Amino acid sequence: MKQIHVNEEYCIGCRLCEIHCSVQHSRSKKIIKAFKEEAPRALARVLVEEEGPLSFAMQCRHCEDAPCIEACIVGAMHRDEETGAVLCDEDHCVGCWMCVMVCPFGAIQRNLVGNKAASKCDLCLGEKVPACVANCPNEALTFIEAANSNGGEPQ
Amino acid sequence: MTFSMLTPEFRIERDQERCIACQVCVRQCANDIHDYEADEDWVYSDHSRCVGCHRCVTLCPTGALTVRENPLDFRRNANWTATRLRDIYKQAETGGILLSGMGSDQAHPIYFDHLLLNASQVTNPSIDPLREPMELRTYIGRKPDRLEVSRGPGGLRLETQMAPQLVLETPIMFSAMSYGSISYNACLSLARAAQRSGIMYNTGEGGLHRDLYEYGSYTIAQVASGRFGVHSEYLETAAALEIKIGQGAKPGIGGHLPGEKVSADVSRTRMIPEGTDALSPAPHHDIYSIEDLSQLINALKEATDYKKPVGIKIAAVHNIAPIASGIARAGADYIAIDGLRGGTGAAPTIIRNNVGIPIELAIAAVDTRLRQEGIRNQVSLIAAGSIRNSGDVMKIVALGADAVYIGTSALVAMGCHLCQKCYTGKCNWGLATQDPYLTKRLNPEIGSRRLANLIRAWSLEIKEMLGGMGINAIESLRSNRDHLRGVGLNQGELDALGVKAAGMG
Repeated sequence: MKQIHVNEEYCIGCRLCEIHCSVQHSRSKKIIKAFKEEAPRALARVLVEEEGPLSFAMQCRHCEDAPCIEACIVGAMHRDEETGAVLCDEDHCVGCWMCVMVCPFGAIQRNLVGNKAASKCDLCLGEKVPACVANCPNEALTFIEAANSNGGEPQ
Repeated sequence: MTFSMLTPEFRIERDQERCIACQVCVRQCANDIHDYEADEDWVYSDHSRCVGCHRCVTLCPTGALTVRENPLDFRRNANWTATRLRDIYKQAETGGILLSGMGSDQAHPIYFDHLLLNASQVTNPSIDPLREPMELRTYIGRKPDRLEVSRGPGGLRLETQMAPQLVLETPIMFSAMSYGSISYNACLSLARAAQRSGIMYNTGEGGLHRDLYEYGSYTIAQVASGRFGVHSEYLETAAALEIKIGQGAKPGIGGHLPGEKVSADVSRTRMIPEGTDALSPAPHHDIYSIEDLSQLINALKEATDYKKPVGIKIAAVHNIAPIASGIARAGADYIAIDGLRGGTGAAPTIIRNNVGIPIELAIAAVDTRLRQEGIRNQVSLIAAGSIRNSGDVMKIVALGADAVYIGTSALVAMGCHLCQKCYTGKCNWGLATQDPYLTKRLNPEIGSRRLANLIRAWSLEIKEMLGGMGINAIESLRSNRDHLRGVGLNQGELDALGVKAAGMG
């Protein structure tokens, strides 16, 4: 499957990925409206981690042996048959946060202001390229075939 | 803060209807101009430190920012302009020499804009470059006075031993920009783009980073007055060597890379202690005459087994023609001439704006003189100093150059917005800086792609223009001044350029 590859060497810490992720998951999908008028604002499902000059964007790795799917007590966390992406059915999520506890990358967030469900990257399914990748100004995020989906380096 | 008479140069206009307080501008400005107030969810901007680099404007996702020149009108005075007043305020405050980056921004005459190219109509056919081969390949190096061939069983055989030549797929090269003055990623972008385009880039006087040795066949290694990073392996690795005597932006003076820019990697590459200022003396202390220059040329040739062309880079100054003639006779394989508008990482503003002559006049004068002396074949001429587009390349080739060096155009292709603050080390585009927060802003993959695109685009345009003239090889245009006409030039300038006025046949 295609995965978002993160190249920390060229991440400039601008956080445009977070901004455009939030817009992509907003109701209007219009940047100014999403930020100024929609409340609560849609959570970004990608987070930029920073320490000193090093920074990188972190989102769900869509693991092959996803612990979050194993841990989900209601079966809301599931794998999309067609694309292989790990998705959360937010209508069924009961907010027990087991997925948050077991995620080895810390890539799942609790949406405490919105629908109280687990919030995670959905690879912007339906779009050609995820919003974070499309809007990264320095190609630190790329959407490519991955060798394995446990965060390994692509071939 | 102490009182200053300096008013902000720029004004940042933030359209609050569009600003979403996402803080991209806050994170991107190396001058810390934008500031986010969390309790108000509002971004404020401090105009006073803005350098007009447009980083925030370009990255703002909602287009909420506009940077304008500060509309403050100084009291109208044709003589005492705003720039002159500001310079005096600055010097009265600091007591120092004013510094600038990039080439001169003054309104000196730009002769390129007063020269027009020819095209074929009726009496000679033009050529369609999409249908017929068009030759842009250029050889840089000494050409023999005559060729001797012998006839053998296998056909003709070349008997003359050719001097070493650089092969360029198109007559454009990247100008000398040192590692130290620009970032590693910028150097890597240039090296990769040179490889992709079949041209050369130039190390400048900062030595060659070990990781870039693999691009050696596309590298011209400079030997400058500071001799930074010069050792036998460096000379061996490069495709050609260049002795730097002068630079168009600062003829007659040396260089000064401030200690802050001498990082561990830069110090290793330059072979100087970390954090120390890298001072290039104004003259080479072993070159005080053409004879001395000849000795260094021969020493470098000896050191590299006579396998590589050795060129000389000089700034365009008065009496450039006899100087170039002397250099040709000293044994140089090429002469690179850098004109008045040539760029720099740092130069005293007063020198940048007032010393030297325009490249168009310099190339015309040198080419004419070398032809008169019958030694034009002994050296190639490379023109530098603000070649802005393929039209400029055509015009300078028609004036007599073999190839051009582009520095500023290359930087602009990589993102430079000409804010002229290279000397501060705070380049927001990750070019003229060694700050790890800033250097990663240039992804060499993107940088080299953009540079290679620029070279490709110019080459295609050159082919179109050559075709229009009915010429199928760039070397047929070289010094072919019949293909140029001057507009708005006086007779003295036309004579110096060796071109006719438009309308005069």
